[in-house]
Amino acid sequence: MAELTDLTVAEAAAKIAAGEISAEEYGAAWRAAAAADELNAYLWTAEHAESLEPDWNGDGESAPAGEGEATPYGSNAPAPAESGPLAGVPIAIKDIFTTQGIPTTAGSRILEGYRPPYTATAVRKLTAAGAHVLGKTNMDEFAMGSSNENSGYGPVLNPWDRGRVPGGSSGGSAAAVAGGLAPAALGTDTGGSIRQPASLCGIVGLKPTYGAISRFGMIAFASSLDQCGPFTRDVTDAALLLGVMQGMDQLDSTSVGIEGGIELPTREDLAGLRFGVPRELGEATLDAGVRAVFEATVARIEELGGQIVEITLPHAEHGISAYYVLAPAEASSNLARFDGVRYGLREAGDADLVEMYETTRSVGFGPEVKRRIMLGTYALSSGYYDAYYGQAQKVRTRIAQDFDAAFADVDFVITPTSPSVAFELGAKTDDPLAMYMNDFFTVPMSLAGIPAIALPAGLAAPEDGGDGAPRLPVGFQIAAPAFAEQKLLEAAHALEGALGFEAAAGDAIPWKGGARHA
Amino acid sequence: MPEELEAVIGLEIHVQLATRTKMFCGCELSFGDEPNVHTCPICLAHPGVLPVPNEEAVRYALKIGMALGCEIAPRSIFHRKNYFYPDNPKAYQISQYDIPICGEGKLGDIRITRAHLEEDAAKTIHVGESGRIHGSAASLVDFNRGGTPLVEIVTEPDLRGAAEAAEWARLLRETVRQLGVSDVNMEEGSLRVDANVSVRPAGSTELGVKTELKNMNSFRFLQRGIEAELERQRELIGAEGTVEQETLHFDPASGDLTSLRSKEEAHDYRYFPEPDLVAIAPTEAMLQEARDSLPELPAARTARYEAELGLDEAQARLLAGDPDQAAYFEAVVAAVGEAAEPRVVANWVTGDLTAALRAADDAERPAVQPLADLIGAVASKQVSHAGGKQVLAILVADGDADVAAVIEREGLAQMGGDDGELAGIVAAAIEADPAAAEQIRSGNGKAIGAIVGAVMRETKGRADGGEVNRLIREQLGL
Amino acid sequence: MIDREQVLHVARLARLRLDEAEVETIAGELSGILEHVDRIRGLDLEGVEPTSHVVHLENVLRADQPWQSMPPAVALANAPEPFDGAFRVPSPQADAD
Ligand SMILES: [Mg+2]
Ligand SMILES: [Zn+2]
Repeated sequence: MAELTDLTVAEAAAKIAAGEISAEEYGAAWRAAAAADELNAYLWTAEHAESLEPDWNGDGESAPAGEGEATPYGSNAPAPAESGPLAGVPIAIKDIFTTQGIPTTAGSRILEGYRPPYTATAVRKLTAAGAHVLGKTNMDEFAMGSSNENSGYGPVLNPWDRGRVPGGSSGGSAAAVAGGLAPAALGTDTGGSIRQPASLCGIVGLKPTYGAISRFGMIAFASSLDQCGPFTRDVTDAALLLGVMQGMDQLDSTSVGIEGGIELPTREDLAGLRFGVPRELGEATLDAGVRAVFEATVARIEELGGQIVEITLPHAEHGISAYYVLAPAEASSNLARFDGVRYGLREAGDADLVEMYETTRSVGFGPEVKRRIMLGTYALSSGYYDAYYGQAQKVRTRIAQDFDAAFADVDFVITPTSPSVAFELGAKTDDPLAMYMNDFFTVPMSLAGIPAIALPAGLAAPEDGGDGAPRLPVGFQIAAPAFAEQKLLEAAHALEGALGFEAAAGDAIPWKGGARHA
Repeated sequence: MPEELEAVIGLEIHVQLATRTKMFCGCELSFGDEPNVHTCPICLAHPGVLPVPNEEAVRYALKIGMALGCEIAPRSIFHRKNYFYPDNPKAYQISQYDIPICGEGKLGDIRITRAHLEEDAAKTIHVGESGRIHGSAASLVDFNRGGTPLVEIVTEPDLRGAAEAAEWARLLRETVRQLGVSDVNMEEGSLRVDANVSVRPAGSTELGVKTELKNMNSFRFLQRGIEAELERQRELIGAEGTVEQETLHFDPASGDLTSLRSKEEAHDYRYFPEPDLVAIAPTEAMLQEARDSLPELPAARTARYEAELGLDEAQARLLAGDPDQAAYFEAVVAAVGEAAEPRVVANWVTGDLTAALRAADDAERPAVQPLADLIGAVASKQVSHAGGKQVLAILVADGDADVAAVIEREGLAQMGGDDGELAGIVAAAIEADPAAAEQIRSGNGKAIGAIVGAVMRETKGRADGGEVNRLIREQLGL
Repeated sequence: MIDREQVLHVARLARLRLDEAEVETIAGELSGILEHVDRIRGLDLEGVEPTSHVVHLENVLRADQPWQSMPPAVALANAPEPFDGAFRVPSPQADAD
C-alpha cells in the first residue's frame, strides 16, 4: 500500500476518478495508517465508526435529509457524495469541527462523550465533494496553545522527533499529515494554529482570509479571528481543499467566500512579483538556523524573478499584546456556554447552581483554558475594558493599516513562520509568555484578517538539540491582501517547486518512513 | 413636616415580536407547546453555532422605532451581555448596547430613550419538591421561548404618578398592537413592563435612588405595584431612612414587594461587540418600507381629531385609541356630511351607541349609513333626541334597518308646531294643571317642568323639548 | 499587579473555582502576561477607530422562514440531567438575572 499513501490528494483523486486506483483500497490504506497512530494525533478514527449508532432523531432512524446549507440540523448528506473533486479521499478533521454523531471534544475533558447533532459547514462541503472523515485529530484544548501540550487527552508527538512538540493548536492535524497518517487534514488558525504546526512538522498550512470559509460548526475560540484551513503535503492540495471549502454560508453572517473560486495553481516563476520583507525582522528574536533558511529562501525568490523590497510593519511588534487581550476576551465569552446544563460534563449536579457551574468548569477545563478565561474576563471587566480591550482593538486597526500600506507597494509580505524549529516537550510549559511568543510572526496576519501560507522551506538544527541532533523543518510564511488567495497560491506553488523541500529532506521525511519510528 | 416628595418613574418594556421564527435561528415561535420541541443547535447554544438575525424582526423594530418617533440609527451593532443563568444558554444574551437600532423618540408627552433588538431567555420552571434530585430543589429549563425576538423600549423618567404610568403603558400597548408586530399580551408575557421608581423633593431636578419593579403582568398590577413602591419609599424617607437600589418583585395577591437581589454584588456584564454578527445599516428601501407600512397611530389620530374635527382632547383620545371604532366614526362622519357636526357624531358614537351596544349584550355596530341617517334626522328635528335613542335600539338589533321607515312605523316623527296638534296637547296639559300654570305665571320657572313632563308623556317623546317650552310660554302669554 | 482579590473576583465572574495554589499561580502568571500586554496601554492611539471585525459586511439577515427543529430526544440526547423533556438544573438561589 505504500505507493497509495505516497500520492498527493490531487493525484489520488485524479486516479480514482480515472478508475486507475480503487477508492475502497485507497480509503482502506489510509484507515490502516490512521489506526497505526503512535503520535496521539487522533482522538477518534473511522475504525470506531462501527460502534456508533447513527440514531439521531431518537426513534431509531438516522437524521432526515435536510434542506442543504440553510438548515443546521438534518442537513447532512447520509454518506459522502460518490463523485466530486475529492471522491474517495479520506481527510482528517481537527476535533474542533462538529461532526454529527461523531464524538467532538475540542481537546477538552468538558466535552468528553459529546456527540454533536449537526456537522460543520466546512466538513459538509468536503463530504459533499466526495471526501470521507478519516478521523478527528487531537489539539490544544479549545485551540489554546502552540505546542499541543494543552490537550485534555495528552500531547501529540512530532513525527520528525517524538521528543518534540508538533506545534499547536492544530498539532494533531499537522502530525497526522506529516506522519503519514492522513493525506490531508483540516485545522483552524486563530493566531497561527495552522501555520505554526505546519512549520514545525514540515508541511503546507494555509490560513485563508477571515470570511473565506464558513465558521459554522467550528467550535469558537476567538470569533473575530478564527479561520479554518487545510494541512497538506503540497500547495496544489491546499488549493484543492480551499476551493472545495470556501464560500458564503447562510449560517455564518461573517462569511464571504472567494469571488471566482479557486483553481489549482500552475505558476513556475515569480517574475514581476514584489515581496516585502519587514524591516523589523532585523531585530526579531529568532533562531540562527531559521534565519538562515529564511535568507536562503529570499535568494530563491530572486532567482525566480521575484523582487525583494523592504517594507515596514511598525505595529506588528504589538501584535502579541493585542492578540492576548482580544482572543482571551472573546474566548471567555465563547467558553461560558460550557456550563453543565445542556451537554458535556456536569459535576456537583445536585448542588446549588453556582456550585454546579464552578465545579463543572473547574474540573472540565485545563490550566491554559482557565488562564485565558481569567485573562479575558479581566480584560472585559468593568474599569478595564478601555485600557485593554478597547486599546487592543485600536492596535488591531493600526496593524491592518500597516499591511494596507505595505500592500500598496508589494504583492506579498514574507517572514519566517515560527521563530524556532520544533522544541522539546515540556520546554515551555512553565512559561506562558514564552509559549505565546511562538505566534510572533503569525499573529499580525490574523489580526488583519489576511491570508497567509506556511511552506516548508528547509531544515535547521534545533538550538536546544546539542551536537549532531537531526535537523528539523523550518517554515516560510507568505501573506497576501484579503481574498488574494489565488495569487498567493500561485506564488507559493512556484516557490515550492524551486525549494524542492521533499527532495532536499530526502529520507528524513516522516511520511516517507523517515523519523516515523525514531 | 416632611417636604412633598414627587414621583419619578421610567418604564422598561419588553415586547415579544410576533415573527414566525426566533431572532437568530429558524425555530418556530410557540406558546404553550411541549417543552423543547422548538430547539435547534443554535438556540440550544451547542458548540460551534453562529447566529443570523431575522430580517422580519429588524423590520418590526424599525416600525416600532418610527411609531415612537425614534431616530433610526444609520448603523447599529449587537453586543454580548455576559452572565450565567440556566435560561441563557450561551451565557451571553445578544443585545444592542451603545448603538441601538432606534434612538431617542417620544410617545405622547413621554420621551423614549431608546428601543433596541435582543433575544428572549428560555423558561425556567422551578419544580421544588417534585423535581428534587436528592434532597435539593431543582429547576427545569424549556428552551422553546429562548431566542424569541424582543424589542426593549426604555423611557426617560418622565412619568409622575402610578396612574399616569399605567395610562401611558396602555397607549404604548395600543400603539404596538396597531403596528401588528406583537400580541402585546401582558398575561402571556408578550408585553412585559418593568418600572424604575424613585421619589425626590418636589421641584428638584436631581434623581433619587431608584428601585426596579418586576412582574406586573397587568396594567392594574403595574399601577398598584408602583403605588405600593412609592408609598414605601415615601415612608422610608419620612422615617429618615434611605432607599436602596434593588430589584423588587410585586405580588399582586398580597400587595407585597420582595427584594429579588441586591445590586450590591454589582453585575458586570462585560459587554463587547458581538463578533459573530455584522452591523445593521437600514437602507433607504428598508426605511421606506417600514414607513409605508405604518398605520395611523393613536397619538397622531387624536391630534388630527382635535385639529381637523374640532373634538375635545378626551373624546378624541377615546375614539382614537380603538382603531375599529375610529374607522367607524370616520365613516359615519363622512356619511353624515353637512347634516351634523363631527362633535355630534362623536357624542353619538362614544355615548348613546356605546350604551346601546352594551345594553344589547355587546351587539355589533349598525351599518354606517343607517346611523348617519339617524344622526341627520335628529339634527334636523325630524325626530327628537329621545325618539332617536329608540330608533338606535332598533338599529342595534337590526343593523340594516331603514331609519325613515322605522320612524314612520314607530310613530316617532317629531311633532312640529305647524299642524296644531302639539299646541292642542300643550293647551290640554295647561288646563289639567292650573296650579302649575299659576306658579309659572307668577315667575317660578321651575314649575314648567311639570307641564313639559305631561306633554312628553302624552306624546311618547315625539315632541321636541324646546318647542314644548316655547308653546307653554306662548300660551301662558309670557 | 493583579492581586489575590482581583483574581477571586474575576474567577467568580467566570464561574471558575480556584484552589489556594491556583490563585497564587494565576495571579503571578496573569501579572506577567499583563506586564507584557501593558506596553500597548502606553501607545498614543487617540482617534484611532477600534476594529472589532475585519469583515465589512452589513445587513446580513435571514428570511423569517421556519426550519426543522430537532426532535426533543435529539435536543436532550447530550443532556447531563434530562427530566420530563426538559433540562434539569439545581435551583438558582437569589442569583437571578
Ligand atoms: Mg433587555
Ligand atoms: Zn433554534
